[in-house]
Amino acid sequence: MTSPGSVTTETMQPDLAETGAVDEQRLPKAKPELEGRATFRVWRGGRESGKLVDYTTSISPGMVVLDAIHQIQAEQANDLAVRWNCKAGKCGSCSAEVNGSPKLMCMTRLSELPLDKPVTVEPMRAFPPIKDLVTDVSWNFQVKQRIKPFKARAPDAPDGTWRMAQSDVDRVQEFRKCIECFLCQDVCHVLRDHHLHEEFIGPRFLVHVAALEMHPLDVEDRVEELRRAHGIAYCNITKCCTKVCPEHITITDNAIIPLKERVVDEFFDPVGKLVKIFSRGARD
Amino acid sequence: MTEYQAFEHDVLVIGAGGAGLRAAIAASTAGAKVGLVCKSLLGKAHTVMAEGGVAAALANVDDRDNWKVHFADTVRGGQYVNNWRMAQLHAKEAPDRVRELEAWGALFDRTPDGRILQRNFGGHKYPRLAHVGDRTGLEMIRTLQDHSIHQGIDVHMECTILQLLTDGGRVSGAVGYDRERGRFRLFRAKAVVLATGGIGRAYSITSNSWEYTGDGQALAYHAGAALQDMEFVQFHPTGMIWPPSVRGILVTEGVRGEGGVLLNRLGKRFMFDDIPENYRSQTADSEEEGWRYTQGDKNARRPPELLTRDHVARCILREVREGRGSPHGGVFLDISWIGKRMPDARKHIIKKLPSMYHQFKQLADIDITTTPMEVGPTTHYIMGGIRVDGDTQSSTLLGLFAAGECAAGLHGANRLGGNSLSDLLVFGKRAGDFAAAFAQDHRLGEVDLAEVDDAIRYALAPFERGASADGGGPYQVQQELQTMMQTLVGIVRTEPEMKRALTGIDRLKERARQVGVAGNREYNPGWHTGLDLANLLTVSEAITRAAIERRESRGGHFREDYPEKDPAGATFNIVIRKGEDAQMQLSREPIPEMPAELKRIVQEQR
Repeated sequence: MTSPGSVTTETMQPDLAETGAVDEQRLPKAKPELEGRATFRVWRGGRESGKLVDYTTSISPGMVVLDAIHQIQAEQANDLAVRWNCKAGKCGSCSAEVNGSPKLMCMTRLSELPLDKPVTVEPMRAFPPIKDLVTDVSWNFQVKQRIKPFKARAPDAPDGTWRMAQSDVDRVQEFRKCIECFLCQDVCHVLRDHHLHEEFIGPRFLVHVAALEMHPLDVEDRVEELRRAHGIAYCNITKCCTKVCPEHITITDNAIIPLKERVVDEFFDPVGKLVKIFSRGARD
Repeated sequence: MTEYQAFEHDVLVIGAGGAGLRAAIAASTAGAKVGLVCKSLLGKAHTVMAEGGVAAALANVDDRDNWKVHFADTVRGGQYVNNWRMAQLHAKEAPDRVRELEAWGALFDRTPDGRILQRNFGGHKYPRLAHVGDRTGLEMIRTLQDHSIHQGIDVHMECTILQLLTDGGRVSGAVGYDRERGRFRLFRAKAVVLATGGIGRAYSITSNSWEYTGDGQALAYHAGAALQDMEFVQFHPTGMIWPPSVRGILVTEGVRGEGGVLLNRLGKRFMFDDIPENYRSQTADSEEEGWRYTQGDKNARRPPELLTRDHVARCILREVREGRGSPHGGVFLDISWIGKRMPDARKHIIKKLPSMYHQFKQLADIDITTTPMEVGPTTHYIMGGIRVDGDTQSSTLLGLFAAGECAAGLHGANRLGGNSLSDLLVFGKRAGDFAAAFAQDHRLGEVDLAEVDDAIRYALAPFERGASADGGGPYQVQQELQTMMQTLVGIVRTEPEMKRALTGIDRLKERARQVGVAGNREYNPGWHTGLDLANLLTVSEAITRAAIERRESRGGHFREDYPEKDPAGATFNIVIRKGEDAQMQLSREPIPEMPAELKRIVQEQR
């Protein structure tokens, strides 16, 4: 095929030349091509025990860790268990620990990893193992069910619709980007190291509560639960969750800290609370 | 006899994407005891991938829009083989379904006066797609999911259905297995709603995940329900093509809606070269007019990049075949050029297309605000599926309903972007409502336990055969089928090639029956893939047979040996049933006459 750079401007209409779509400077530049083979040290095992097993497989340009796992599954280990769906970082199914870092396997390029030694692929360690790379994440679904659902204020317009400013929506849209990959839960030491699953809902669901509490239409009050049932005080703001979020949600600063402030305002600021009660009374 | 767990529901919904969730919510709101089965974890279904938006004539951005225009756009896009009743209901009810989502907490992007913002999309006359950047599907599935978990619905996650059970001409339940431990489950239900999505995994280049193996279509067919329009497969014009590992991943039409243009290797905007007659009066004459359209000028007509998906995909293929393609066999999609037209274009692109920006940055090392993307067609959607009644979504099998992608009718020969998200809301709700009503009027049907045993025995057979060493494993059979369908029953079709595909399918059926698997029943993807093969082969055969039968080109179905549209082709649907001899029986069923009122709308909107 002719290289795009050989195009002469005569063949373009003037307006098109302006777009410069085939200007060589602006063409996709591939990283140095990956070639050959690489070894993947994959966790194999069930609920009780397991071990790391080495698989060597061929690699090609642009490949991500999930591709390698699929290739190993198709060619060497048909029963290698792994969750995945979209393969584009949108569904949050293929969470794992790659060389010890919590990652979406579908968004982790091999070109980012040192391939001169085996790439370690392990399941998320904060959840009970099921098999190989698949863990039991059902606790997360139970937690969400305990959080008070969205409750809308009365519609603004006679046709039953609401009016919201984009700027008010933007703040909450950040939290609603969450793809529920649970990587933030995986790294949260309250869950991972201290196993306080009964007392603490974890960063994912603090983000969920923040999305509800800061929703322009929501009128439910979840502050009492945040303190008691959801255990927000356990978070000591180490920001591990924010660092691993593949959606780049500023979990700690934008979601958790404002929620902590609400809790403090409500329960530990008697003067503020009095003011609130009186102003509420005045409104009524 | 193998053990199984037994469950009883009034309504069993199979599939938990948008359509399944909406159906489950409707049925449960109507008072039914609902079971919801999903092949993956809840909230991971393909709806999550939908990017551009949900089509509904809210008329928030252009007050000339109304249900009639949406209806006319849908049947024109579908080349007049749509179920007109579905197209009518869809256009009328979509706005309420979208507003309802807002009442459940969905946060769409806003107009300056605070209402739901709408964007342009292919084949839609006015800006009609309510959206959230380019992650509308995530917003929708999460809203439905978060609403559904407080409805008392029993969710069976990571559970695959093997077979529907029938009792003298009506559905009575289903048999399946949980993926986690490989235990079998018997579901008895008064009514069943299928909402299993598409068939993308029958092709090698696809935007679909592992789940989309035509389960609903195959389950319905084998239980005795009819399929229709299976020849109409949508190849989305813009999938990623480089690097190889991302081939097929979707690039939203929203890129073109925001002003992105398609260019060949010569830098030419080739979409201006071929504008179909029935769209000529609605299409821009110049690039200038096209640009004004994307920026909201109500007097401008849409640029040819926003013609229907079938047409754009074929134009791209033409450029590639005639040697004007991009280095990796596609064309260029350029949004970065809008920097010439607006200040702060980079910020605008990242705000409007955030996940496209990250997708290319992370997977292809490309910054779409400065560099054109390389794109090519990818198997995306099937317009055909289970034949249903337009009002109730009832299949031809009593008690069995279908909604969303696995049902046929709304989209005819080609689906407009944005109409699938509205489809699943409108008809998910209808299927759930009518399934709940059916359940109220009927008792549980009988279940034949011998049939259950047979289904379980069939599912366990691959373990008895043991792993095959000779490349005859489940993945190899699947890959061969995908490559064959891509090559022989893809975007451009001919009779001799499709006949070869039929022979190939027969051969692969034989091999699928021999597939053995290693390991045990605990979370074993090799086993799961082997079991999904039967469904993939059923839908592949249905697509191929229907495509041979339709001797014309229409919408997503293009025959190189019959390249023209035949007016007679607009008068029938191709319907497939399982014959007495267990073979596929094809028939041409006449499309009912459109009522005068709707005909008038189509005329007026020309």
